[in-house]
Amino acid sequence: MENRNRWSNLYLALVFIVLYAPIFYLMYYSFNSGGTMHEFEGFTLDHYREVVQDTRLIIIVINTLVIALLSSAIATIIAVIGALAIQHVRSRRAKNTLLSLNNVLIVSPDVIIGASFLILFTIAGVQLGFSSVLLSHIAFSVPIAVLMILPHLEEMSPTLTDAARDLGATRRDVLTKVILPVIRPGIFSGFFMALTYSLDDFAVTFFVTGNGYSTLSVEIYSRARQGVSLSINALSTLIFLFTVLLVVGYYFLTVKKAKKPSAELTAEAGVPR
Amino acid sequence: MTSKAKQVYLIPYYLWIALFVIAPVLLILYYSLFDLNGELTLSNYADFFTPVYLKMTLSSFWYAFLITVFSLLVAYPAAWLLTRTKHKQLWLLLIILPTWINLLLKTYAFIGIFGTFGPVNSILDVLGIGEKQILFTGFSFVFVSVYIFIPFMILPIFSALEDLNPTLLSAARDLGASGWTTFRRVVFPLTVSGVRSGCMAVFIPALSLFMITRLIAGNRVITLGTAIEQHFLVTQDWGMGSTVAVFLIVVMALVMVLAGGRKGARHGK
Repeated sequence: MENRNRWSNLYLALVFIVLYAPIFYLMYYSFNSGGTMHEFEGFTLDHYREVVQDTRLIIIVINTLVIALLSSAIATIIAVIGALAIQHVRSRRAKNTLLSLNNVLIVSPDVIIGASFLILFTIAGVQLGFSSVLLSHIAFSVPIAVLMILPHLEEMSPTLTDAARDLGATRRDVLTKVILPVIRPGIFSGFFMALTYSLDDFAVTFFVTGNGYSTLSVEIYSRARQGVSLSINALSTLIFLFTVLLVVGYYFLTVKKAKKPSAELTAEAGVPR
Repeated sequence: MTSKAKQVYLIPYYLWIALFVIAPVLLILYYSLFDLNGELTLSNYADFFTPVYLKMTLSSFWYAFLITVFSLLVAYPAAWLLTRTKHKQLWLLLIILPTWINLLLKTYAFIGIFGTFGPVNSILDVLGIGEKQILFTGFSFVFVSVYIFIPFMILPIFSALEDLNPTLLSAARDLGASGWTTFRRVVFPLTVSGVRSGCMAVFIPALSLFMITRLIAGNRVITLGTAIEQHFLVTQDWGMGSTVAVFLIVVMALVMVLAGGRKGARHGK
């Protein structure tokens, strides 16, 4: 039994090592003064300096953040409306149809989303660039935000709104003073999910971004295609730290607010973007 | 306060469905009927069923199949062992964490690791096997994809295993079942829903990935995803690209019907 335990621990350890090794490998070589990813010559922060001084890159980072924040805010608003719409539908069948339509963009591969949006924007005459990227990020963030908000809305007791109406609240008061505060945790996690979807997206953006406009993922791709450049390593170290901060922050926020954070964290495990 | 007033504020959501869910699918279908000269024809579909495309489709399926099988082989024991650990939630979080890191960066790391002078080749050198071309082969493509997809396979299997009633295992033991029989007759059938949603979360993206293919496999491996990207962004043959996309949508729908057909279609969510 003892022996068996050792083997199983070894297996798990191996899985974790394989999962994390590439990430730490990248980070390690970001401090390499030689220009390659295989011979560590000496410690340097040059590559970080390079990243910070690269104005083009800084602009792209700002672009990415603007798109992420703006698209998730708008997507969350649409998602609140969507969750209300789905909840309003009485017949079970119509509800299921609406839900499946909602989920189409979650399960479709990115290439298809990207290609079809490219056709859509070209036909509609939307200029490829900021507006097309923003619109598509809003579009693919809506469904996941709906899925985050809907359970909170369905858990809410209908007597709450009835009581508010009886006490003379207007429709608007019911929405802003009763419904929205109750579903706030869902709105938060919906916004957060939208944010990570947007920051993570590569394929869809790659299709709908025209010349001259770029987000971080697309930029990393085009640089990586040209081979190894250690400033990408430095950049990825920074992104890694930022991601960990974001996740830890979100984790503690939800631990404070709700009892079951893991369920919502795992919801990220949809189709990889 | 009529029901009409109710409906008005719902418009943005329905507009989103119409514009970004229904319209794109219809547009893809519509475009697949036009050739390069903008003439209405079925020639794209005829082209699709020529050996060139069929071979590509077949190899794309083969790679997706390999990726799914290897992910499953690695993920199932890992998920099982995870349910036995003490701080389950923490370990699970550590499995999830890498999925939050940009896909491109993880892929990029492998360009270094598998490179001609990378650590894998130095190990091979020390072992006396000598340097090999690892990057830009089918092997590196499968390896990196499995690496990317493992967490997505572990999660649903983990939650299915968590739902498993442990008394069933004791019962099987008491009735004299060996470890392997218990697994084959009790554990696996009861967690097959998790396996199914895991395979779904891996297989479809594996068919359509184009970024890993480009960066890691060079032009050695062509998947349906690379074909679509190529047609839309390089050769500008949107008709043919849409035809491949239509095929991919059909496959996706089929896989989902097959996988979700029975009641066990509980998502790992």
